[in-house]
Amino acid sequence: MEFLVASAVGVLTAGGVYLLLRLRTFPVILGIALLSYAVNVFLFASGRLAIDKSPILAKYGEASYTDPLPQALVLTAIVISFGMTAVLVMIGLGAYLEADSDRIDIEDTEEDTGA
Amino acid sequence: MMHWIVLPIVLPAMVAPLIGFVMRNDITMARITSLVSTALLLCIAIGLTAMAAQGETLTYRLGDWPAPFGIVMVLDRLSALMVLLTASLALIVLIHAIATGWDARGRHFHVLFQFQLMGICGAFLTGDVFNLFVFFEVLLIASYGLMIHAGGRARMRAGLQYVVMNLAGSTLFLFALGTLYASTGTLNIADLAAKIPTIPPDDAALVRVAAMLLMIVFAVKAAVFPVQFWLPATYSNAPAPVAALFAIMTKVGAYAILRVHTLAFGPGVPGTEGMAGTWLFPAAIVTIAIGAFGVIGARRLMPLIAFSVVGSMGTLLAAVAVFSPTATTAALYYMVHSTFAAACLFLIADLVVTRRQSDTLDPIPATVQNGLFAALFFAAAIGMAGMPPLSGFLGKLLVLDALRAPGMIGWAWTAILLGSLLTIVGFARAGSNLFWKSTTLSEPALDPGEQRGDAARSRTATAAQLAPAMAALAVLAGLAAFAGPAAAYFEDTSTQLFDRSGYVAAVLGTGEED
Repeated sequence: MEFLVASAVGVLTAGGVYLLLRLRTFPVILGIALLSYAVNVFLFASGRLAIDKSPILAKYGEASYTDPLPQALVLTAIVISFGMTAVLVMIGLGAYLEADSDRIDIEDTEEDTGA
Repeated sequence: MMHWIVLPIVLPAMVAPLIGFVMRNDITMARITSLVSTALLLCIAIGLTAMAAQGETLTYRLGDWPAPFGIVMVLDRLSALMVLLTASLALIVLIHAIATGWDARGRHFHVLFQFQLMGICGAFLTGDVFNLFVFFEVLLIASYGLMIHAGGRARMRAGLQYVVMNLAGSTLFLFALGTLYASTGTLNIADLAAKIPTIPPDDAALVRVAAMLLMIVFAVKAAVFPVQFWLPATYSNAPAPVAALFAIMTKVGAYAILRVHTLAFGPGVPGTEGMAGTWLFPAAIVTIAIGAFGVIGARRLMPLIAFSVVGSMGTLLAAVAVFSPTATTAALYYMVHSTFAAACLFLIADLVVTRRQSDTLDPIPATVQNGLFAALFFAAAIGMAGMPPLSGFLGKLLVLDALRAPGMIGWAWTAILLGSLLTIVGFARAGSNLFWKSTTLSEPALDPGEQRGDAARSRTATAAQLAPAMAALAVLAGLAAFAGPAAAYFEDTSTQLFDRSGYVAAVLGTGEED
């Protein structure tokens, strides 16, 4: 279980970082999405992994429950990353339509190089 | 419980949707509402500063949940100072944006502006690290909209880079928070400050990882080497009033480093003591160098100012990296100064570039009011470079004085003094090209095609367009004239910041008071 979750976070992060370093808008957006999935799973695991436990105490004195706080954090993080991805897609699309190119780097203008 | 503390967040949060939904097509109403709201925010900020100046750390419990379980807003001298700085800068920038018509060049300027203020004030007032993340996202998503306001090819592409950079930073922030929660079981800053010092150094490896991840995240916001590269492209392509407002955004990063790395990971914590400063200090020195060389190498006005902002952030963070009350006093003084100096330069550059129709640093025939613009630029450049009589000189003097520890003095003094020299040279060259050599060139023969450009060249600046830049200069002069009282206030501020037990007691509420 721990190995599965840890390797899932690792693989998602590696894939996300690789895609983030590409030069085109679309892979970068996918990379950001993969990274946010990775961080969501990671946050979930930060409250320890517990299976089939309720997030609140069912009876007083029954001490086994799963930590509810990371679940609330993950929910917030999911909402924010979803909204941010939407904004990123719109800005990426806008930049592509303005520049006729989806390269993410900026070439130097003549004034910058002194040519 | 006092409700004033939450008002700097609630007020813009209510006004922004009001402008967005009710005054979508009425720019006049939107302008008036936005101005009134920002002026009110300034009044609230002054009130809060007066309250905080009495020396007590005040808290506001949202939903009345007690501190480590619910979210708290914390008002101490430092947060009050930052909110006041934000509100006064916002009013100056807003008047400039309205007077020059920048706000009408795209849609929803005022909505985004108010949401931006909400995020910035929230980041300064919150007492919870996860809440800090949420407010970072609020201010960032508003800044994405402001950054690409009025559109254009270069601006959209620079905006895309800015967004990607900050989204990657946000992901890192979440990883840091997860690590911190896994190792301490809390995200409340006061609770962290109470718990982390009790962790023995041998068990603090995860806490150290979290501390450094947080440091990287805040360094991205504060534009410190090696993550400073987004700043020049962003600031030089953003609309000028937005770039002026962004002068406070880098300070949000510096504030977060001061707050979190002093209270939670700061001096006296066995697991993490001295770690932040060890890494931050060399990074800040390199940042000063990058800023100085950038100013020398820039061939356009906006990147030149953006690089001078990078250099000032380096100077500021070199003082922050000492993590002692004396150095923090110097850092706070320099922080207030550099915010207004950068904003002032961007506002003046906007007036100049609008008339020259290009921000290249080549001499072209002088535009209207050449002497006035030259004088304003000269004054603002003096402030930024750190020459007397404006507050930049005193600020750098305080920073140099704070960095006298052996092992630090050599690097810090060399970098700051040489950096200032290069900045002066860069600004002098820019100023003489823009304003001085221009006067020796004769007017070009008028082509019919140049008629439109000629109208822009000869449009005199109105009093309302000049007032914001002059107000920012007046703040710099005031900060220099009243340096004694200001420094005394900043000294109280940093003493309070380093009083960890006082903060913890006030927030976690050992004694109940309503």
